[in-house]
Amino acid sequence: MTSAYLPMVLRVAEAMLALAMVCAVIRLLRGPRAQDRVLALDTLYVDAMLLMLTFGMREATALYIEIALVIAMLGFVSTAALARFLLRGEVIE
Amino acid sequence: MSAFAPLPPLVAALVGVLAVLGAALALVGSFGLLRLPTFYERVHPPTMGTTGGAGLILAASMLLFSTLESRLVLHEIVIAVFVVVTTPVTYMLLMRAALHRD
Repeated sequence: MTSAYLPMVLRVAEAMLALAMVCAVIRLLRGPRAQDRVLALDTLYVDAMLLMLTFGMREATALYIEIALVIAMLGFVSTAALARFLLRGEVIE
Repeated sequence: MSAFAPLPPLVAALVGVLAVLGAALALVGSFGLLRLPTFYERVHPPTMGTTGGAGLILAASMLLFSTLESRLVLHEIVIAVFVVVTTPVTYMLLMRAALHRD
């Protein structure tokens, strides 16, 4: 009986995560300096990873866990590269 | 949906509560990123999403897939460890860059 409500509840969680991504996008577009934009991008990819996980739970497919792992790894590399660019002015010396 | 039919009611309720709580933490973190006035204050709130939000949603996913497949599914621990290890590193790099630029 309770399990019939689970897709609806997971949809609510997805909507909250989508709203979180909208907040991050607004900060990404508005952020006064470059470090604000990099921080917003970091938040955006973490929210996207959580959205992928929730979507995979609603679809009852374990495939989306790998996608979330790829998003997490690429997000870490890109944020580290951008922070290094802000610090030094170049990524690879 | 028929995919969730074999779930016991207690597990379904627990998965729903964990997922919604995790999403709420991520939402509060992103909202804080949007609302706080200076960069040094804005660094703090997104960590709510990366620690609490990710932890709760990964726990919900682990519980759901372990129950659905009747075996222990622990792929999510890899993501949890990766996120917990890398987030402080990236934020420290970013803070150092911001201090350097100011």
